[in-house]
Amino acid sequence: MAFLAYFLRRLSLVIPTLVGVTFITFTLTYVLPGNPAVVKAGPLVSPEVVKELEKQMGLDQPAWVQYGRYIGGILHGDLGESSSTGRPVLEDFKQRLPATLELTLASLLIAMALGVPLGVQSAVHRDTAIDHIGRIVGVAGVAMPTFWTGLLALYVFFYLLGVAPAPLGRLGPGIEPPHAITRLYVVDSLLTGNWRALGSALHQLMLPSLTLGLSVMAPIARMVRSTMLEILESDYIKAAWAAGIPRRRVIYGDALANAMIPVITILGIVFGFLMAGNAVVESVFAWPGIGNYAIVALMTKDSGPIQSFVLFVALLYVTVNFVIDLLYGLIDPRIRLE
Amino acid sequence: MAVAALSPVWRRLRRNWLSIGALALIALMALAAALAHWVAPYEPDDTDAAAALAVPNIHHWLGTDIYGRDLLSRIIHAGQVDLTVALGATALALVIGCSVGVVAGLYRGIVDLVIMRCVDSVMAFPAFILAMAITAALGNSVTNVLIAIAITQIPNYLRLIRSEIFRIREMEYADAARVVGNPAWRLMFIHLLPNALPPIIVQGTLAMGYALLTMAALSFIGLGIQPPQSEWGSMTAEGAQYIVTGEWWLFLFPGLAIVLMVLSFNLIGDSLRDFLDPRMRGVR
Amino acid sequence: MTDLPVIEVRDVSVRFATDRGDVHAVDGASFAVRPGEILGLVGESGSGKSVTATAILGLLRRPGRLTSGSIVLGGRELTTLGQQELQKIRGVEVALISQTPRTALNPLITVGQQVARLFTIHSGLGKAEARRRAIEMLTLVGIPEPERRARQYAHQFSGGMCQRVMIAMALAASPRLLIADEPTTGLDVSTAARILDLLRELCGKTGASILLITHDLGVVAQTCHRVAVMHAGQVVEVAPVRALFAHPAHPYTRALVHSIPRTDRTVAMEPIPGSVPSLLNVAPGCRYAGRCPWVEARCWAGKPGMTEIAPDHHVACFAVENGRAAAA
Repeated sequence: MAFLAYFLRRLSLVIPTLVGVTFITFTLTYVLPGNPAVVKAGPLVSPEVVKELEKQMGLDQPAWVQYGRYIGGILHGDLGESSSTGRPVLEDFKQRLPATLELTLASLLIAMALGVPLGVQSAVHRDTAIDHIGRIVGVAGVAMPTFWTGLLALYVFFYLLGVAPAPLGRLGPGIEPPHAITRLYVVDSLLTGNWRALGSALHQLMLPSLTLGLSVMAPIARMVRSTMLEILESDYIKAAWAAGIPRRRVIYGDALANAMIPVITILGIVFGFLMAGNAVVESVFAWPGIGNYAIVALMTKDSGPIQSFVLFVALLYVTVNFVIDLLYGLIDPRIRLE
Repeated sequence: MAVAALSPVWRRLRRNWLSIGALALIALMALAAALAHWVAPYEPDDTDAAAALAVPNIHHWLGTDIYGRDLLSRIIHAGQVDLTVALGATALALVIGCSVGVVAGLYRGIVDLVIMRCVDSVMAFPAFILAMAITAALGNSVTNVLIAIAITQIPNYLRLIRSEIFRIREMEYADAARVVGNPAWRLMFIHLLPNALPPIIVQGTLAMGYALLTMAALSFIGLGIQPPQSEWGSMTAEGAQYIVTGEWWLFLFPGLAIVLMVLSFNLIGDSLRDFLDPRMRGVR
Repeated sequence: MTDLPVIEVRDVSVRFATDRGDVHAVDGASFAVRPGEILGLVGESGSGKSVTATAILGLLRRPGRLTSGSIVLGGRELTTLGQQELQKIRGVEVALISQTPRTALNPLITVGQQVARLFTIHSGLGKAEARRRAIEMLTLVGIPEPERRARQYAHQFSGGMCQRVMIAMALAASPRLLIADEPTTGLDVSTAARILDLLRELCGKTGASILLITHDLGVVAQTCHRVAVMHAGQVVEVAPVRALFAHPAHPYTRALVHSIPRTDRTVAMEPIPGSVPSLLNVAPGCRYAGRCPWVEARCWAGKPGMTEIAPDHHVACFAVENGRAAAA
């Protein structure tokens, strides 16, 4: 019951934000230089035809009517068309989303797998060499642009060491994608026992996810460290020491479990970083996701995909944060049970 | 009075050699960029076919590109764009953010509600993505990139100032002073500035690094910078093609310039945070 | 009452390193807790009582350290043991009931699980058995509807209930010594009284001894068999409760006892003059010297040893020794 109230409260905050987001993207689309009708019609068409097209596209209507059409369009899944692929943006999105999703999930996993232990060790060995090294790595890492670390990784692991593949996409040359279930190649090839595809998919995923994962590892490690430090000073941890509970269990059981709750709250922000870094990493590694799609569209002045991409990312970001809020409410018994 | 306020800061800063190093580095790079014409060993556009794609050597400390242009000189000149945009975007965001934040804090009520909802919506976009969209919408130019980055930074200052104002309002002595007849605005400035200044300075310093990273990333993917202008991000993008042929210096050094600059800003920002505002220290 | 003490603290000193020098939190403290008794360790805030408890449990961390003394628990010298061995002793032979019951419980695990896992860890019981014993324990400490309560979380318990749970957890492995650190802090008077009753009852039932740390003489009078009085990190008097209140010997104890407001007759309230000395880089000698009406030259030079002025009644005071401050 208390949770329902929590849910509704959260929802009431999210909805205005969602509306605001659509408003912003609409404004940006509206502000776009040039006449969309002209772009659609092409340069060789007479002014009357352009006028007719304008009417058809509703461009002669007042702004708020156009906004209404825009929202309506979104709700119907109409995100415009891409002039380069010639297809509806939504179609292109659907086709390319799994690639981005796979990259994001893999990066998140790496970031957590590296960041959490790093944070715990930094906290447990506070102010010792481990802690200082961790902090230096964190500070330095945050200053490195993701595209640069990606390129550096490519140079070292692909060119120099030869352990990473050329950035040709999700699968190596000549490998067929596994039978489509989730359309995440790693998952699908595991599920269908397609070991060849699995190996290739992992091999291709390696560098981009490592690059992206490392870029968001620092905030996670930092958050884990500071929460752990606080918790290690808390009364119940001190009581656990006094009760003779073994050290491992106190740190990695009690303390870490309690520390993860605040860490969950920054996962939303981390997700935002991931989405932002996604676009750049996809660009560096020619990864066929929606980020790359949007960037390529930018270059060819194809405006539809870019604005739709931005809208999509924002909506996703808000939704993910909302879900995380709910998760937080579920996991912490203090909130769940009044 | 400002100098006197600054001197304890200066003293503590002096003790932290890392920050001093960072400050020196920034000063050096800024100066080099500003005086690029005289500092750089070559003209950035001077081609030299004979020395094309040269590995870093005694004549060209950072190597040359495919046209034989000296990389070091190009990097120094490109610094102008980067630093100008970083500084400009941060300054713009600061001014606008603080102004609107003050309005939100002073007027409260509906005005505040509307402003904050707008802020929430803006913050619903990952900053880089928003900057990308704004630049794409406004048009591909350095000025527009500056504006775009500034817009993504405005919410930070806005919320800082606003929460500072709310905090001061809560304080009892503000009430007392008002009862005695001090006008609200006078109150705000006498109490607001000294309290709000530290976090704003810290935020501004850290934001410079962030603005630089965003600028570089935007031009890396082709937004903002139009050739023949060069900027560290776009230079890195150009250098990327040469990884497969092994000319590593072409992507490494422009990127390294970014790293050093951002690192310096971050180090100074962190030190400032520790020294200026114990409230913000938390658990480092 | 003359068999081996459950725990013997001898000449224990604890120091904390700070930027400005060492804080001598505990100086040569000595006392013993006998089987089946409740020993009160009483003193003002900052007198070193909690630090002593922390030292006994081996939980002193930087910047604190044990600089001298011995702590013998059930025949074993604790000060020479490593953390691994100490961890096996904690909770099993000596258990702590902390002064912040609410926050000393893990907010994420149900109360039942917290008690049960101690049985698993210390006694190696299986899950089902551990759970059964946990319910038993909760019943023992007087928690109504223990099965239902065991499924709840700490924030759903009142302060008094939390304290009972802490006591249940402390008793899980049937330790011989319970250290109760200000167990009634934050509890209202009637709840506090019930908790103290519970402690007394359990002491009798399980045969465990209790080191009851408190600043409240009233608690001492109600609950303890014997008392050790601490002032500024030094143990100044150890006596049976009755004797302490009837014939307080040490000047500090006397001042304490006399400062208790009385309802049976009208007496002038006498505050204790002066204040607790700073323990930073403190000089040797009796730390009450600055406030003591019977102070003499040698009080500043060195700490007086404990002398027995009556059966089982020990005092550390030169003035009492040479009869200047005759026991009241």
